[in-house]
Amino acid sequence: MTATTADARPPALRLPKRRGVELSLLTGAVIISVYGYAAVGLARNGAVPPDVAGYGAGLGLLALLAHLAVRFRAPFADPLMLPIAVLLNGLGLVLIYRLDLETPGDRAATTQLIWSTLGIAFFIAVVVLLRDHRVLQRYAYLSVAAALVLLVVPIFFPAVNGAKIWIRVGGLSFQPGEFAKILLAVFFAAYLGANRNALAYTGRRIWKFQFPTGRVLGPIVAIWLLSVGVLVLERDLGTSLLFFGLFVILLYVATGRTGWIAVGLLLAAAGAFAVGSFEPHVHSRVEDWLDPYATIDAGQGPSQLAQSLFAFAAGGMLGTGLGLGHSILIGFAAKSDFILATAGEELGLAGLTAVFLLYALLVARGFRAGLALRDPFGRLLSVGLASILALQVFVIAGGVMGLIPLTGMAMPFLAQGGSSVVTNWIIVALLIRVSDVARRPAPATGTAPAGEGR
Amino acid sequence: MTRYIRRAAGFCLLLLLALLANAARVQLFEADELNTSSANRRTTIDRYGQPRGDILVGDEPVTGSKDTGEQLAYERTYRHGPLYAPVTGYASQTYGTTLLENAEDGVLSGTDPLLAPLPLWGDITRTRQPGGDVVTTIEDPVQRAAYEGLDGRHGAVAALDPGTGRVLALVSSPSYDPEVLSGTGPAVTGAWEQLNEAQSRPMLNRAIRQTYPPGSAFKIVTAAAALDTGVVTDPEAATDTPSPYVLPGTSTTLPDEARGCEKASLAEAIRVSCNTVMAHLGVEVGLEGMLDAVGRFGFNDDGLRIPSRVARSNFDSDMSDDQLAQSSIGQFDTTATPLQMAMVASAVANDGELRRPHLVDRVTTDDGGTVRRQDPDEYREAMSPVTARQLQRMMVDVVENGTGTNAAIDGVTVGGKTGTAQHGIDNSATPYAWFIAWAQAPDSDRPAVAVAVVVEDAAADRADVSGGGNAAPIARAVMEAALEG
Repeated sequence: MTATTADARPPALRLPKRRGVELSLLTGAVIISVYGYAAVGLARNGAVPPDVAGYGAGLGLLALLAHLAVRFRAPFADPLMLPIAVLLNGLGLVLIYRLDLETPGDRAATTQLIWSTLGIAFFIAVVVLLRDHRVLQRYAYLSVAAALVLLVVPIFFPAVNGAKIWIRVGGLSFQPGEFAKILLAVFFAAYLGANRNALAYTGRRIWKFQFPTGRVLGPIVAIWLLSVGVLVLERDLGTSLLFFGLFVILLYVATGRTGWIAVGLLLAAAGAFAVGSFEPHVHSRVEDWLDPYATIDAGQGPSQLAQSLFAFAAGGMLGTGLGLGHSILIGFAAKSDFILATAGEELGLAGLTAVFLLYALLVARGFRAGLALRDPFGRLLSVGLASILALQVFVIAGGVMGLIPLTGMAMPFLAQGGSSVVTNWIIVALLIRVSDVARRPAPATGTAPAGEGR
Repeated sequence: MTRYIRRAAGFCLLLLLALLANAARVQLFEADELNTSSANRRTTIDRYGQPRGDILVGDEPVTGSKDTGEQLAYERTYRHGPLYAPVTGYASQTYGTTLLENAEDGVLSGTDPLLAPLPLWGDITRTRQPGGDVVTTIEDPVQRAAYEGLDGRHGAVAALDPGTGRVLALVSSPSYDPEVLSGTGPAVTGAWEQLNEAQSRPMLNRAIRQTYPPGSAFKIVTAAAALDTGVVTDPEAATDTPSPYVLPGTSTTLPDEARGCEKASLAEAIRVSCNTVMAHLGVEVGLEGMLDAVGRFGFNDDGLRIPSRVARSNFDSDMSDDQLAQSSIGQFDTTATPLQMAMVASAVANDGELRRPHLVDRVTTDDGGTVRRQDPDEYREAMSPVTARQLQRMMVDVVENGTGTNAAIDGVTVGGKTGTAQHGIDNSATPYAWFIAWAQAPDSDRPAVAVAVVVEDAAADRADVSGGGNAAPIARAVMEAALEG
């Protein structure tokens, strides 16, 4: 083995595909998940859960199918992404199963396993059907139209826990905003990739900042305003923050204009201040963040955020061990928004750091794929998808640990929530697809044609 | 574009570092504060997550634990709740703990570092030690004799082993079953309110937490002071006390209910319980001398623990001579717990040496290994051995020829002293009947038991309330049980 990194490109040499590495890492991921499942049973009942073999076989089979899809349809793909996704998904199932023990009337692990299966089915479908990510450029405007529809639809459905982000049909419910993330990332990447030169080099210069012409910037700002506006109407501030961050990052990467970051931060600060002051639902979140223990002093018992912090603190350095914590005291949303508190309490700072590093590794591999690609759309798409993961982890982990005001959002792969799991699997599938192109030996004719829009 | 992608990646790295730093802040630096927050229920959940250690009388546990399957899993149970409530106290998930359950809570709940096999072991493994057991010095037959003797009347009994200070019985009546307070919920709060509102105050531990005017039983203390200070050198010699006695500095006269108290000797004054002689002797000893004497018996000590806290028995430190005279016969502001009066009898029985009273014999781990043991310990030198022997003879005389004949046991040396304490406005309330005593088996070289009994039964006919009539038979039953044991 001479070439060891993805972006080293020895010409005319066979690049190692590393599918064997992926398979062994996958085996490890499945084993760790099964071990966690067994550990919960041992800690709680002194016996390994009877269905541990079934759980292990199920997860192993899903991982194997995903691996086979990658092996045959994306043989040069990054070997770390799939194992990390499987490990996080498996760990999430363990944590949800563990919390199910505290709420016998509300079991979520089985549903989550079904959604995970569906997610991996989508993963396989994307890897198999999407031969080249550049195809997606053609659907930029279709994507953004679909994203807006998905964002608007829940307004016509009743609010759930203060946020209008759900569609309930029969017994099923899902958050369309989750899927909109991918569609918006595709649109932003396609549009910015096609217009980045216009954005960067034309337009008026005011003081130190160069502003692009309204003709170029107009559509994208309009769409961004619309999506953020819809989200504020739906009172889902987390996703709103995520879109905003995604937009600013992609704009910066596409144009290289530091001014965008300044403008972005300014807009974000103004928006956050306005919403935080005038929207009661958000205002109370900010109050909670400023003093998580105010309700205790007022004699009303600990707030959810305080309970979450208690859980993390109880974990300490090494954690209580799976199944032995009391994070269920958080109450509502312990399995979804606050799932990280269970990881923090039962796995400790050590386990939590490991989880954060898994996310960091996944994000880093996404950026790496972006660096290795040569078409602007692909680069922006991989940066966008990786940023979605990074921002989402930051917003929710920072929220439940008191770093920033809490906004409802799902911890990728860990949290209970069908739409979130499916979306994250699609994101990983796209990253796998992009990284396959990135690491694929270049054709002898030279560089791949850069996307030029239409 | 590559440079900008790298910068964006760097930005994401910053976000990660912020998360890690924040995690360390919450989980390491602020963890102690959060873990000990009163609003954090984990402390409570852990506490009740395992069976509580037991309190034992002899080899038999008088407590237990049951798994309720609720969030606070284990609740306290009591085998003979009302009988042992003054010993155990309650251990409630709602109202906390009292008495032994409180004083030995660290052992019983498993947090006491003594229970851990290695120092800091629990901190590393995050396991709580199983609750340890507390073995009391109580003897079941003695406790039962006292409880059945009181038979629901308001009152208390405390019995000690004079040679060691072991508490053999600690009874308060009427009592209650602490098990009704163990859990949480409306049944518990209802029971709590009912117990607190009850006129008979069943949760009051009359043996160690209630003080009564000791009345004539206190004359033993005054006699010890008179002998030790040399005010009286020969107990059989006549004193120059008139009867009735005019309280110094006043025109109030103190009458005697007993006959033959005029110029009576100390021994005679104890035998028939002369108020005049003892009040007069108290004044002759003086305030300083009396304070010194009562202090050596344990009066005015507010730090006594057995290990349950014992209420302070009082003898005023700033009094005029007429008040001192009344105080010396156990009236005015003089008050004592039943345990304090048992200590008086115990000091006389043990030749003047007062052992520290204690309720816990030893503390063990859940599998029986002793981790702490209470050995006999001198509390105070209450009086000289000579004085003690003189008082022993006088107390025996009380039982054989005086007011305490109801306490006599065939073939056993019994010494005692009655007391009938007036109280209330103008002494209008029903008097308290006292009896303090000790007993020595014929084949033994020292007394095996000292006891104090107080009966405050408001329902009884006033004429019948007297130390010899109401309290002495209970004391006799308790001493018989102790001598058989």
